[in-house]
Amino acid sequence: MMGQGRLAAWGIGLAALVALPFVYRDPYHLHILVLILIWSFAYTSWSMMGRFGLVSLGHGGFMGIGAYVTALLWNHLGWSPWIGIPIGMVAAGALALIVGYPCFRFRITGHYFVLVTLALSGIVLQVITATRDYTGGSLGYTPNRAPGDKLWALQFDDKITWYLIALGVWLFGIMVWHWVDRSMARYALEAISEDEDAAAAAGVDVTAEKLKITLLSALMTALAGAIYCQYQMFITPDTVSGIAVSLQMVFAAIVGGLFVSLGPTFGAVITILLAETLRIGFGTKAVGWDNLVYGVLLVLFIIFLPKGILGSLLDRLKPQRKVPRAHEQEAVQIARPGA
Amino acid sequence: MQAFFDIFDIYLMEAVINGILLGGVLALLALGLNLIFGVIDVTWICYAELVMIGMYAMYFLVQSYGLSYFVAAPLTILLVALLGAALHYLVIAPLLTAPPINQLLATGGVLFVLQSFATVAFGIDFRNLGIRLPVLAFGDMNFSYARLLSFLAALVGMVAVYLFMTRTFTGTAIRAISQDRQIMALMGVDTKRIYLITSAIGGGLAGLAACLLVLQYDVHPFVGLSFGPITFLICVLGGLGNFIGGFIAAFVFAEIISLGGLFSDLEWGYVLAFAFFIVMMFIRPAGLLARRR
Repeated sequence: MMGQGRLAAWGIGLAALVALPFVYRDPYHLHILVLILIWSFAYTSWSMMGRFGLVSLGHGGFMGIGAYVTALLWNHLGWSPWIGIPIGMVAAGALALIVGYPCFRFRITGHYFVLVTLALSGIVLQVITATRDYTGGSLGYTPNRAPGDKLWALQFDDKITWYLIALGVWLFGIMVWHWVDRSMARYALEAISEDEDAAAAAGVDVTAEKLKITLLSALMTALAGAIYCQYQMFITPDTVSGIAVSLQMVFAAIVGGLFVSLGPTFGAVITILLAETLRIGFGTKAVGWDNLVYGVLLVLFIIFLPKGILGSLLDRLKPQRKVPRAHEQEAVQIARPGA
Repeated sequence: MQAFFDIFDIYLMEAVINGILLGGVLALLALGLNLIFGVIDVTWICYAELVMIGMYAMYFLVQSYGLSYFVAAPLTILLVALLGAALHYLVIAPLLTAPPINQLLATGGVLFVLQSFATVAFGIDFRNLGIRLPVLAFGDMNFSYARLLSFLAALVGMVAVYLFMTRTFTGTAIRAISQDRQIMALMGVDTKRIYLITSAIGGGLAGLAACLLVLQYDVHPFVGLSFGPITFLICVLGGLGNFIGGFIAAFVFAEIISLGGLFSDLEWGYVLAFAFFIVMMFIRPAGLLARRR
């Protein structure tokens, strides 16, 4: 599918990204870049299911599990993150299956699904806060510094290493996105997002397809949480889990554009740069102003640019390339069966 | 009488009754959310944040302006009702024809705005209304008047909404719209006006809940997060838009939280409630009172 030109553009872009830290070493800017890459990966993970109309606000929960399980296993049992991260991912995946199965089996969609997953991220936050004897509660948690082997503990002091790790993880996320984009599952899920009954009648196993994409998305989000924890070396329930983080993911993906592979990344660039600029612009004297402006902008975005910046730009550049799919349209729902 | 109480553990009884009292306020919150959902088909993710703003309003009216509690309460209810109408007019109305997910996320954006507005305007300190109500001793059990008052006021509020919905023309129109959105416009009902009124009522219920919750809890910008998720769980368990289901679910959840809190921390009560919710999803996916098809 990918033309020669696009492949070349990707190659050049990647080479430039890999070379960047060796040319330009400003630690603050590198830090921002690492954060953008890690969050881009998380947002991409969210959009894997978000693009099929499965709007989950539970991803803050998955991210929190990934981060806390990894850190807890390291501190209490001395297990390396190389073991802890897979365990954290499995835990998040198991939770995704436990919550996802009844939702999908009993056709809980739309508002219901959003509210159930919203509660999920709220509950993970509560559990982390409630087990404050182990997790430090709202005060946050710091993985112990490794005395010896840095690689074994997955703790690195220099930003360049972290930049390369984050770049690799982000690239992995984009590759998975394209892999799903070209798979049969994509067509099945698009059919499901348009009409579940029709998809089921056409032989699509609705529950299984939805569970698969949810599991994939949850696993990747937990990985993002663990990487974030290892990079920042400090996590609080509010920065890696809870409703605020979930909403942040959804917003960034929507601002960037849900239906293009680089949309969530674009969203991460915009939202993080915006947040940083506002934070620096307003300084420490006015806590909360940055979020206030951020929130207003997001509401305006959803009202006026629902396809996101990148999505709208691409639409502008390639008019009438394809008939928009029903779930991407802003159509008045005329007949509401069962309402 | 004494023999009756001896059968039960006294603390268990106390927790059960406290659960019922908590259930009243939760039912009130669920009613407001259900009303909005049933009529406008929109979920206000920021509903608990409206309550938070109302709690701040109460705090400032009582503390800074020295109003008595019973003067401040109607003002707060009015203020939050206006806020609800404004929320509908500014955010929901432009999105009425947009996909439901966008409406939901826009109110999520409002959640951010309200939280950070409170942070900017009022700071992140915990604030207390400073009204200490006496404790009612009954046998060996202690109940706070605040909870009792909240429970009764919540019941009165719900009865008032019920009467409004069944006895007035506007209320009838609201119920009719929730049954068939398309046809009511053809029947000569101004849907825009009805939506605005419904949003104001929903906001007013949040305001009432704020007046009651401020008696029991400290106010801070993130207080909405501590009972927002549980309200959503209640609404889904009762069946979104189903008023009676939401009412019953509120009491079920309140009991679980209260009894869970008896044996361990309050947070674990929430966790238990969530576990119960997941189990119920397997058994009654469309809500407690849904008819099996």
